Amino acid sequence: MSRTQASKASEAAPDREEALELYRRMLLIRRFEDTVQDLFLKGEVHGTTHLYSGQEAVAVGVCSVLGEHDRVAGTYRGHGHALALGVEAQGLLDELLGRATGVCGGRAGSMNVIDLEHRLIGCFGIVGGSIAAATGAALALKREGGVAVAFFGDGAINQGYFHECLNFARVFRLPAVYVCENNLYGEFTPYEQVTAGEIRARAETLDIPSQTIDGNDVWGVQTAAREAVQRARAGEGPCFIEALTYRFVGHSRSDPGRYRKPGELDSWRERDPLIRARDAIGDTEEVDQAVEAQIAQMIENALAAPFPSPDPNAREYKDG
Amino acid sequence: MEFRVAIRDALAEELERDERVVVFGEDVAAAGGVFVTTPGLLERFGPDRVFDTPISELALAGAAFGSAVCGLRPVIEIMFGDFLPLVMDSLVNQASKYWYISNEQASVPLVVRSAVGAGGRFGAIHSQSPVTWFHAVPGLKLVAPSTPADAKALLKAAVRDDNPVLFLEHKRLYSMKEDVGGGRSEAGELGSAAVRRDGSDVTLVSVMKGVHDCLAAAELLAEDGIDAEVIDLRTLRPLDRAAIAESLAKTNRLAAVEEGPRTGGWAGEVLAVAAEESLDDVDDLWRITTPEHPIPYSPSLEDAFLPGAEAIAESVRARLGFAVTARD
Ligand SMILES: Cc1ncc(C[n+]2csc(CCOP(=O)(O)OP(=O)(O)O)c2C)c(N)n1
Repeated sequence: MSRTQASKASEAAPDREEALELYRRMLLIRRFEDTVQDLFLKGEVHGTTHLYSGQEAVAVGVCSVLGEHDRVAGTYRGHGHALALGVEAQGLLDELLGRATGVCGGRAGSMNVIDLEHRLIGCFGIVGGSIAAATGAALALKREGGVAVAFFGDGAINQGYFHECLNFARVFRLPAVYVCENNLYGEFTPYEQVTAGEIRARAETLDIPSQTIDGNDVWGVQTAAREAVQRARAGEGPCFIEALTYRFVGHSRSDPGRYRKPGELDSWRERDPLIRARDAIGDTEEVDQAVEAQIAQMIENALAAPFPSPDPNAREYKDG
Repeated sequence: MEFRVAIRDALAEELERDERVVVFGEDVAAAGGVFVTTPGLLERFGPDRVFDTPISELALAGAAFGSAVCGLRPVIEIMFGDFLPLVMDSLVNQASKYWYISNEQASVPLVVRSAVGAGGRFGAIHSQSPVTWFHAVPGLKLVAPSTPADAKALLKAAVRDDNPVLFLEHKRLYSMKEDVGGGRSEAGELGSAAVRRDGSDVTLVSVMKGVHDCLAAAELLAEDGIDAEVIDLRTLRPLDRAAIAESLAKTNRLAAVEEGPRTGGWAGEVLAVAAEESLDDVDDLWRITTPEHPIPYSPSLEDAFLPGAEAIAESVRARLGFAVTARD
């Protein structure tokens, strides 16, 4: 498939309720990220933050087929992965604001969120770290019929982690699904400039079934993910999915995205996964309003939440 | 001159001086580095000398090692010190041992630059100070400057050094300004400390941002009539043992201030040196470090975690028997 060709939302006619739910999650992620950006500019979100806007269909499509025993490893661009899994948006926003009510009590922050209750074994600040964690998760989950998913970017496939872990997973037939979100850039550098060969071919040399899909089509992603997860669950070993997508924002807070080619952003905006889903569904007004209300309330709550008070015994803290 | 400009100027001057010098890393060339330390170098020296690499720390360090053995003088950037474990094998098992075990057949003139340190709300895996991980490696020099002038002089010295140097740049110092004087500067000397403030009651020893915290603490202590000497080690390996001994001979008390956990930290090494070489001069030796847990994200937690000027001053007062002022 050509990377510049816009494809229509897949024809797999979704059940309306389910379709609305996928749309709702994508919209929640988009609005959440807008909010984070706003709060960042106001100095409420600290340090740095990497937004997921534009890539929503990947996380939402994949996570929609996961079961109770499955686990996910996300990246430093992990708000979308977390929300797609059902991590409480309030707890996530509180975490980003460093509040005591955050999902990790303010200890982790944007890049390192962990929420085991919602099957998120972590967001990993090291490029490729998610691949390692998910491979290990798959080793453990094999026993109970669970599947582990790793999300990572196109940049991560150049890490040793990618080669070593995929080989490991294939050799031991681990129930792992590796989802490469190819958004064309690793930070500020175009992926073609630093990546030899086809991304998918790397998994194929390891005898891992692979496909390249339109990552902006949530139903297409869902279909590919369902197939991969079923295969993994059936004991047939790992799968690899390259999802073609695009981030609508800079890499991180201080990046205006000057390295983009002229017109590139606009052409991807035409393939906005949210608009495509909305067009396919028709009337989404109710969901739109509900998400707006949820976000407004969340901001209010998050700003009112207390900061964690430093533990006076912290200096004597002992490991675990 | 800003600290980040000092880094850039040092690289430019060394690239110009010696055509064997090459600079590579993730986003260092076209984008000019995530901490804006390298803009303009690609334009000036071309893509054979300054280039962007894949996100492959292992390959970066491996290439640096192999090319250094064979005649280049690579300076690589590992964006955050937290990513240094990924280069550990090349740096520790190959580069640092090569000169010795090859019976000095070839030196390994490579520099690894990396941004380190907390205080920026970057969380546990983008805020660490990796000194301790590398401190116990013979064959690897560790440089940790605190001022733009030193950054420039010591980076030049690191590039000219014939064996591996890990060059640490504290993130909170990149915007620090200092008058460095015009034109080229001389290369500094690795392994020599600087006395940043003369004092007679207690010696505060640190590196990088910690030096500035110690200087600020010294001002606070001066209000209580305590006269602190502040020593900037500048390089942690080799360590300027003589500077520690000289200061102790004057003050008899020493606190090593380290941004890192106490267990196994470099501050312990400083205390050990003091005890070994200056026992007759010692009334008191102690460490001021971070707690034994990972670096938290939340501002309230991170601020309390770091040993700032107030905490240093309070620790000194307590150790010297002054009434401890209440802190909230
Ligand atoms: C080991 C490591 N090296 C470098 C970085 C700095 N870094 C953070 S994100 C990033 C780009 C990653 O690009 P990609 O894998 O394509 O994912 P994307 O950000 O596009 O989702 C880099 C280089 C890091 N976090 N970890």
